[in-house]
Amino acid sequence: MLAAAGRFALRQPLGTAGALVVLALVAVAVLAPQLAPHGPKETAFAPYLAPSAEFPMGTDQVGRDVLSRVIWGARLSLYVGLASVVVGITLGALWGVATAYFGGISDLGSQRVVDSLMALPPIILALALMAALGQSVTNVILALIILLTPTAARTVRAVALGIAAAPYIEAARAAGGSQWRIISRHLIPNCLASYIVLLTTNVSYAIVVEASLSFIGAGAPPDEPSWGGMLTAGVQAIETAPWMVFFPGLAISLAVFGLNLLGDSIRDVTDPRLRGGLG
Amino acid sequence: MRTYVLRRLVLFVPTLLGVSILIFVLMRLVPGDIAEILVYQSGSESSAIQQKQIRQIRQELGLDRPVVVQYLAWMGGALRGDFGQSYMQRRPVSDILRERVPRSMELALLTLAIAVVWAVPLGVVSAVRQNSALDYLARVVSLSGLSLPLFVTGALILYGLGRIFRWMPPLEFVSFTENPLENLKQLIWPALCQAYYISAPISRLTRSEMLEVIRQDYVRTARAKGLRERAVVYRHALRNSLLPVVTFIGWWGGRLLGGLVIMELIFVVPGMGTALVQAVSQRDYPTVQAMIFVMALVFLAVNLVVDLAYAWLDPRIRYA
Repeated sequence: MLAAAGRFALRQPLGTAGALVVLALVAVAVLAPQLAPHGPKETAFAPYLAPSAEFPMGTDQVGRDVLSRVIWGARLSLYVGLASVVVGITLGALWGVATAYFGGISDLGSQRVVDSLMALPPIILALALMAALGQSVTNVILALIILLTPTAARTVRAVALGIAAAPYIEAARAAGGSQWRIISRHLIPNCLASYIVLLTTNVSYAIVVEASLSFIGAGAPPDEPSWGGMLTAGVQAIETAPWMVFFPGLAISLAVFGLNLLGDSIRDVTDPRLRGGLG
Repeated sequence: MRTYVLRRLVLFVPTLLGVSILIFVLMRLVPGDIAEILVYQSGSESSAIQQKQIRQIRQELGLDRPVVVQYLAWMGGALRGDFGQSYMQRRPVSDILRERVPRSMELALLTLAIAVVWAVPLGVVSAVRQNSALDYLARVVSLSGLSLPLFVTGALILYGLGRIFRWMPPLEFVSFTENPLENLKQLIWPALCQAYYISAPISRLTRSEMLEVIRQDYVRTARAKGLRERAVVYRHALRNSLLPVVTFIGWWGGRLLGGLVIMELIFVVPGMGTALVQAVSQRDYPTVQAMIFVMALVFLAVNLVVDLAYAWLDPRIRYA
């Protein structure tokens, strides 16, 4: 395990940097109650205080400590990103494997559903979903799941189609393997690599969409410590309180950057075509 | 080839049908409707009168009919090119479309042009110098584009322009035909932001495709026969790795029309995105439905054109 990590660090310096950032993010998210000097919704201070020793990142429009909200924001972003991606991609992957294996009319029908969902602009779909569901953190996750599922279904279906046509699947069938056995022992394990890539590359996407939804006024309720929500409030006060944009902006950019670096390297590692030097 | 195009065109029908049903149902699930918004906004009357007004408006707009009937009526109109009247603006939705679509289209094209000019060479350099400092730099630069949420870059640019250069992009929209310079002064910034954002996946794909092609025998042959490195890279390697990149750029291009919302909001471009966000919050069903319908149609059409170009460029696909 340790040796594998060492090899990864040597081959993928950017990915390792990303992994470190992600670890830091997870640590901040887990330790938020211990790290944050104040509560994320505590409004006991004067508004628009510039950064000082007492409030290293200043205070916001209603006098909340920006540092505490940035720290709690890590927890919210990670929660939204992980929950929506794990559920959405898993559902989509299972859907993709199932339709690829069974084919026929159910495949054709489900492909049209996927097409329709993907033809809708994601932000607009999420906006409409949020309007219909009502603004809450849970509903943001729900909207993201609906956004992510069709993408995963399409990607995994394409991979599974290739595998389902492979000779070893035919051999398994000829050897008398049941449908369930073929799907669970052969099809799913072979789709795992693309599933993992989908997972790692979409967490950052989900975090950005969550923030963007807050920005167009359709995300988590404004008192929740969402980086996107804080940025939105900050943009409106950018002349008087630029720190309200700077710190949450830095936090989200760093987090997403780390996740992207890590996801990119994992994609490279799972793609053997890209290994090695010039031919 | 002809059957392929026909098959693809036939597949448009269920997809667009699906899109329209989805959005129709979704909008009906949104609590509150235009009647309530109009009445409660103006109203100081008693609630009994308000209720009566609400019923009256719903009847006028046909919102009291069953949802299925409403949908069929809308679809019937849409098929004849009649998207109905906007509830809020009280004029035909097709007029709004005629006004808004070209603006977003211009912004999308500008964005795409900037992104391609910037991202493809970056990907090439990254691949040719794989694992060098330049490769890492190029990857970090392009990945940071994807990591900065659009509204952060947008806000920072606005702030920077104002603070450092004491200049703000014009907030009043002028069409390109009226005054190209004034028009570009406003649109270049959102286009730059959005282009920086979408350039990351484009340059990443260019890089990985180049890396694959550069290991092919025919590239080695080209080198072995003594071609200059430039010719090897641009004439042999790049040309052969561009196909998937073109598809991908097309995919993004089709997506852009609906993906410009945030840029339009920040830089006050009165395009489709701003209209849509407003229409959703006002429960202006006809406007929402028509806009999303057009976005989906453009997305599908661009994808089809790209796939056809792909088949035309690569004979291996044409006959598959």
